[in-house]
Amino acid sequence: MAFPDAITEDSVKAGKLSSRQIALNFTDLHPPLDEHQAAVEAARCYFCYDAPCIAACPTEIDIPLFIRQIASGSPETAAITILESNILGGLCARVCPTESLCEEKCVRQVAEEKPVEIGLLQRFATDRIMARSSHPFQRQPATGRSVAVVGAGPAGLACAHRLAMKGHDVSVFERRTKSGGVNEYGIAAYKVVDSFAEREIEWLLGIGGIAIHTNAPVESYKDVLRLREDFDAVFLGLGLGAFNSLMVEGLQLRNVEYAVDFIERVRQAEELTDIAVGNDVVVIGGGMTAIDAAVQSKLIGADNVTILYRGDRSRMKASRYEQQLAAHKGVKIVANAQAAAFRGNGRVEEIKVTRSAVAGRDGLVAERLPADQVFLAIGQQLVEPPLKLRTERGKIAVDSFGRTSLEGVWAGGDCVAPGDDLSVTAVAQGRDAAEDIHASFGES
Amino acid sequence: MNLQSDFCGIRSPNPFWLASAPPTDKEYNVRRAFEAGWGGVVWKTLGLDPHIVNVNGPRYGAVWGPDRQLMGLNNIELITDRPLATNLAEIKTIKRDYPDRAVVVSLMVPCEECAWTEILGQIEETGADGVELNFGCPHGMSERGMGSAVGQVPEYIEMVTRWVRNATRMPVIVKLTPNITDIKYPARAAQQGGAHAVSLINTLSSITSVDLDSFCPEPAIDGKGTHGGYCGPAVKPIALNMVAEIARDTQTANLPISGIGGITTWRDAAEFLLLGAQNVQVCTAAMTFGFKIIDEMTAGLSLWMRDKGFESLDDFVGRAVGNVTDWQYLNLNFVTKARIDQDLCIKCGRCYAVCEDTSHQAIAMRQDRTFEVIDEECVACNLCVNVCPVQDCITMEQLRPGQLDLRTGRVVTDERGDWTQHPNNPMSASA
Repeated sequence: MAFPDAITEDSVKAGKLSSRQIALNFTDLHPPLDEHQAAVEAARCYFCYDAPCIAACPTEIDIPLFIRQIASGSPETAAITILESNILGGLCARVCPTESLCEEKCVRQVAEEKPVEIGLLQRFATDRIMARSSHPFQRQPATGRSVAVVGAGPAGLACAHRLAMKGHDVSVFERRTKSGGVNEYGIAAYKVVDSFAEREIEWLLGIGGIAIHTNAPVESYKDVLRLREDFDAVFLGLGLGAFNSLMVEGLQLRNVEYAVDFIERVRQAEELTDIAVGNDVVVIGGGMTAIDAAVQSKLIGADNVTILYRGDRSRMKASRYEQQLAAHKGVKIVANAQAAAFRGNGRVEEIKVTRSAVAGRDGLVAERLPADQVFLAIGQQLVEPPLKLRTERGKIAVDSFGRTSLEGVWAGGDCVAPGDDLSVTAVAQGRDAAEDIHASFGES
Repeated sequence: MNLQSDFCGIRSPNPFWLASAPPTDKEYNVRRAFEAGWGGVVWKTLGLDPHIVNVNGPRYGAVWGPDRQLMGLNNIELITDRPLATNLAEIKTIKRDYPDRAVVVSLMVPCEECAWTEILGQIEETGADGVELNFGCPHGMSERGMGSAVGQVPEYIEMVTRWVRNATRMPVIVKLTPNITDIKYPARAAQQGGAHAVSLINTLSSITSVDLDSFCPEPAIDGKGTHGGYCGPAVKPIALNMVAEIARDTQTANLPISGIGGITTWRDAAEFLLLGAQNVQVCTAAMTFGFKIIDEMTAGLSLWMRDKGFESLDDFVGRAVGNVTDWQYLNLNFVTKARIDQDLCIKCGRCYAVCEDTSHQAIAMRQDRTFEVIDEECVACNLCVNVCPVQDCITMEQLRPGQLDLRTGRVVTDERGDWTQHPNNPMSASA
């Protein structure tokens, strides 16, 4: 097979679109509601009895109550209702796949396929309270107890805030230079505009009693044991730092990389015009990360963006809404298709695709897909070696209170089994672990 | 369709008049109204010179639905604030230019016979079709002994009406205030005084809201507020009842009524006409949407009349009056039960919440959020029907004679039975 000369210019480059166009492409995915829109939307809520939306929310926010509070013209009271259950309610309002959580269960979704816009209403309320200078919650008198929280992602932050509220002193150890975890590094930029994740953490720390140490990795089991010595309790919100492996020839080629690295580069970029994208971008995977990487590379200027997913579309982890969003932005989704090999001369130039047998068809169709940039979004796993804690399917095993197999050590978020990779679930687990840690102090 | 109306001798091409209010304050507005197709107007209330003055801050307060739907409007505007001569000249011009439309003039002068006599002579010269005596306004003028200050005392109504009848040959309509305990008495007084008709309701005394920052009622005038007159869709049920009370009172059964109060669509108008009003007057709807709504009103009423086989207003005016009765005559042997259509149900559970918390614990909630009526407990109160967000999802089903009412354990009978015959009634005929 003949490949073009490797000396040719790399087609993966920055500056494909004007900065004006890129700025337009990366505006808020869902513009916020204004006061009147919020009032009209809030009036659509039926204030259901034992509302199904509450049960569908991992943090069990009292959704009908906060919407009624918006309807009655008190968005800040509504925000308290939200934040009491979910201290990262502002972020979750932006990044939650509401279409497969609260809004999917909204009776108006069932009735007319037009649910109450719970996510947008939640954002309306939390934006208003965060615009206030003071933090809405008050810390209880200091207890003298101290807790180490490992990881400043959604689980760790939720745990830290709840513990601080109870009067305990919290030290958070974060391996990266910025707090926020997946919210800061792993979510598409158009979902969290205006450095919201950063601002939210600053606001959250307003409770007091939380010290965050960045660039402070907790790498070994020994480190954990030391923390257990130095603190009254330890919470692990490690997230998933390692990548699932793909056994495909050509992984070493240039311009083949993990999608999360690309997403992080986009999120952390000073100027989006500095981000290099190819002409033919192919994303391997079927989850939210795949969608975020694909859509963003399209918005930055890639000509053709294709998502290759090995299974059926219905099995993709990205919701139907996310798939539609990608399609709307011009991303092509090819299901039942697997990358069999990446090929190229130094740089990736094409992918050998194997299409699985689709029901009703015989045989396999082999294709060659042009690809000058490939993003792998095939899932992440716990950093090896897993701590010497009991694990389940490669993740930390916890009981219903978030307790690990090691006494005095709790865990939550993506690092625990089984895990659904949702920020909102991480918040719930961090919060509940904090409650259990607090209760355990009462026991001793 | 013939919508021609004859209201105590005043003819108009349709029964839709604009009520005495800001929309009928000036020739300019009235001309626009007639061009739009309104059947008649009651000119904004005239008084004696020197003309009154209005506040120079906001005159209206409002109650809104969530999408700023205007549910109720409150005003502290007084009668016309223009010189009498200006109004009279304009009325004359209008009547000359629109001879087929009804032009009635609303009046409010002090409770002295000479005042009424004086102004009536001037009204007659305009060629107006009739007068409406404003005994209704509950704010501002009432403190000066006019408006509802007269309308709240039947003896005054009768006295002034008689003065007016003696002073003019024009048809006299007496406009009643709803700010009383029993509307039958003012209506009877108007009739006794010789009124050709009554019109009702005028506005209800009201404070629409209080500003939670300034602690001042709305509309606020320099930090103070005062009660105003409330109107709009929110007052329609009150008006319907008062119209029906007069229509079914044997003493006033033949007294023509001009129905007023929250009429917003042709349907509202049809309801007033069925309850005995011979025409209707509209204000808030026009002040919310402009005069063009008349097209919806005339077209809607015409179509409904055609569907019902009515050829003129007379064919149905008052058709519902006979169906308005006192509670004691309602058939207690009429039994219904709520029925929930499971295919339509969206499982919001509101029927369950309200029945469980505030009513008769007659709805069961099953594991999968299926809601079912418990016939043993259902008293057929209709609350579930009213709170259900889905139309026709919950309905009332009549138990037929011979069927068992599981709540009472009695078989439903086809015999009528009301409170007057009920054994629990000490005054019962059978007791």
